[in-house]
Amino acid sequence: MPFKSTARGWRLVIFLAGLLLLPSVAMAELADDLQGLRGGSYDAKGAAVERLVAGGDERAVPVLEAFLDGRLFLTDGEERMVIGEDSAGGYRIFDALSGEALGEVGKRDVSKIKINNKLRQLVKGSLGALTLGSKDRAARLRAADAVFRSKPADMIPALESALEKESDPAVEARLRRALAATQLANSDNKATRIAALQELAKFTDPQIRSLAAAVLVTDGAGNPTEPDAEVRAAAEETLKAIEQGLAFNSFLANIFQGVSLGSVLLLAAIGLAITFGVMGVINMAHGEMVMLGAYTTFLVQEVFRASFPTASDYALLVAVPAAFLVTGAIGVGIERGVIRFLYGRPLETLLATWGLSLVLQQAVRTIFGPTNREVGNPSWMSGAWEVAGGLTLTYNRIWIIVFAMLVFALLMVLIRRSSYGLQMRAVTQNRPMASSMGIRTGWVDAMTFGLGSGIAGMAGVALSQIDNVSPNLGQGYIIDSFMVVVFGGVGNLWGTLVGALSLGLVNKFLEPYAGAVLAKIFILVAIILFIQKRPRGLFALRGRALES
Amino acid sequence: MLLSNDHSRLLTPLGVKLTLAVLLGVAVLVPLLNLALPPGSPFHVPTYVVSLLGKYLCFAMLALSVDLIWGFCGILSLGHGAFFALGGYAMGMHLMRQIGERGVYGNPLLPDFMVFLNWKELPWYWYGFDAFPFALLMVVLVPGALAMVFGWFAFRSRVTGVYLSIITQAMTFALLLAFFRNDMGFGGNNGLTDFKELLGFDLQARSTRVGLFAATAVTLALAYLLCRWIICSKVGRVLTAIRDAESRVRFLGYRVEYYKLFVFTLSAMLAGLAGALYVPQVGIINPSEFSPANSIEIVIWVAVGGRGYLHGALLGAVLVNYAKTYLTGAAPDIWLFFLGGLFIAVTVLLPKGIVGSLDQLANGLSRGGLRRPMAQKASGEVPGE
Repeated sequence: MPFKSTARGWRLVIFLAGLLLLPSVAMAELADDLQGLRGGSYDAKGAAVERLVAGGDERAVPVLEAFLDGRLFLTDGEERMVIGEDSAGGYRIFDALSGEALGEVGKRDVSKIKINNKLRQLVKGSLGALTLGSKDRAARLRAADAVFRSKPADMIPALESALEKESDPAVEARLRRALAATQLANSDNKATRIAALQELAKFTDPQIRSLAAAVLVTDGAGNPTEPDAEVRAAAEETLKAIEQGLAFNSFLANIFQGVSLGSVLLLAAIGLAITFGVMGVINMAHGEMVMLGAYTTFLVQEVFRASFPTASDYALLVAVPAAFLVTGAIGVGIERGVIRFLYGRPLETLLATWGLSLVLQQAVRTIFGPTNREVGNPSWMSGAWEVAGGLTLTYNRIWIIVFAMLVFALLMVLIRRSSYGLQMRAVTQNRPMASSMGIRTGWVDAMTFGLGSGIAGMAGVALSQIDNVSPNLGQGYIIDSFMVVVFGGVGNLWGTLVGALSLGLVNKFLEPYAGAVLAKIFILVAIILFIQKRPRGLFALRGRALES
Repeated sequence: MLLSNDHSRLLTPLGVKLTLAVLLGVAVLVPLLNLALPPGSPFHVPTYVVSLLGKYLCFAMLALSVDLIWGFCGILSLGHGAFFALGGYAMGMHLMRQIGERGVYGNPLLPDFMVFLNWKELPWYWYGFDAFPFALLMVVLVPGALAMVFGWFAFRSRVTGVYLSIITQAMTFALLLAFFRNDMGFGGNNGLTDFKELLGFDLQARSTRVGLFAATAVTLALAYLLCRWIICSKVGRVLTAIRDAESRVRFLGYRVEYYKLFVFTLSAMLAGLAGALYVPQVGIINPSEFSPANSIEIVIWVAVGGRGYLHGALLGAVLVNYAKTYLTGAAPDIWLFFLGGLFIAVTVLLPKGIVGSLDQLANGLSRGGLRRPMAQKASGEVPGE
């Protein structure tokens, strides 16, 4: 996105510079050409239209449209050229060139500039050519798409000439698509139709699929409406190609959805995995840390909206460290206040943290109310990137994938390169030995719990962008996170990554066939069966302990 | 008590006798106070209280089944609500069949929700539920079969501790999702309700409710005796040994997984029976009974009462549920704070529960502070050991 907007920005600058240099000249030329439309004969008017097209100035477009509709008038007396709109008393008129509103006049106060059929044809063609030849890339794209939708036969020459001049590949593709669709819709020539169908086969687009399918429609008696067998064959080819393309795109879309779900699960599960790895403790309140992270995001956003409304797009950037610190501090508090007393009793720890999760949920419900809180998407995260037909990637999900990978990489570095990471790995592998070596295991536990909770809080920031911020937010992800930990194993972050991504992908690929609920049930059953084979997950930590 | 090695000591400890006396006492006394005394009398027990007490006793039985595996075999199931709910659904299906033509749509063959979903015939798995004996069989067989298959997979590959807890939670969560689906044929999200009668007795009638209560109390007493009997048997001693040192028991040549499978399956059957007694008394069974939160709540009943005592579980279930009834009525916002606080307080401050602490106190007084050898290393797991 940044690339695109920068490019557009530069183009705008150049365009504005051009406007500053040349306005008077261009204006004068346009005015002269427009005056030609008054001309006495239809031939003179025709010549003026051609001059307007040659000039390529889009400001002529509304004037020509009005001319075509019979709304172009000359005022009586001063003979000013105006565009009229029907109103109660007559016409509301606007200056043809400047668009300046000139008030209302009676129907008799203006005289229409006359047009005949020959001239109408000419104007129609020129109108398309004018917009298709516009200097603004977005306007050309719009024009090409408009032609694609309406497919008027008289636009074919304009499209062809526009294609010759076009240099931008994206616009050229759209023009080709519009031309082929228009040819297919209007031409009776077999060769043209086949060529058009072949051209259309290059585009993966549900709309084109229906165009090709329309060729193959049969009438009530089962006879094909298209008489020519070769054309039908070409249409079938096209249909097949497009369907393959669409299937491939939906496959890509599934991968994207799966990776996106997987990265959310990764963020939610990774903290769980490290606390479980180091302390052998399942933190049932982990989901509530995610929820608290989302509420922190909400609070940061409210502060920004109240105090720095102009900078509210950056609230999210502040929310990430804020959520990490808030939930991390709560995590350390929980470890020091509760879990510390339950060493060696993992099942009791599980119950105590479950109790904590109930308390935290109810506390949030009491403070913020039971309903959803609104967390907005910043502008750089809203919208979507349309890659191809049937493949649209939303920016918020792209950013969440990036964010999850970033967090994962940072955590990797922390665990592999820092002295805290070294101590943490030592405690994971052999607690009594690490303790004998002088590692303060209590401190490592507290820090690990804080770190795990902090990451959960950052997961909450990400989730606030795609899910409802409510007191139950964490509950929706916690069981899936457990599954990731069970599947991926503990003591190795790669296991969590692989576990999260495969769970996300399998979920999204099963959904179209089985529905969301059955897909989830299937995965749960599959994991229950999976731990038969590998009771300690995919990436089990090797140790000499008899029981862990 | 747990060290007893012959059945002559089955009824010896004071707590056991007391429990049986209380259960049989309420089985007689509560119906009597409801039926014999006029409503104006200060000792009259209103019918709704009878049903409420009946519900508590069902929960007590559920807690008993959890204590049997957690307190005596170290298996912490966070999915026992699933077995309870399955038993409840089996009973609910029988009750649905008893409605017959009295449903809203008056269809003689299909329950209302199936008519509503435009189903034409009864799914095969509903066959047989017209007969009470068959339904009763399913009440124990369905949860038992699920527990057996699940346990066989889990115990065979030595899934223990926290992993097992999470997997059982996943099991009940999967069932929750499944039962929410309309096409499962169990009434979807509304579940089964609108029951009319059981064995020809009107479920709304006072006499039926009182009768159900008495039946629940007697069943619970029998279930308690059964658990006692198992615990005092040789199997029970092996189970306790597995709880305290699983590997050692395995090295001594015992097939640990079979013992675990046996007790897990039995416990699931008891839970199913509890569910079956629960449904006619509350008049509805729906998928929310499968929710993981419910299953965890059962564990806290046991923890509050004191695990590894059986009657501790009964006491905990009744106390916590009484508190729930009271608090959700008096101050609904406080209830979750209270429940959450209970989880934390009991695990941190009162690890042996009420009965365990009393027991310790009594022993301390009588033996001059000598500590009992049992339950010192309750969960037996130290990370990284």
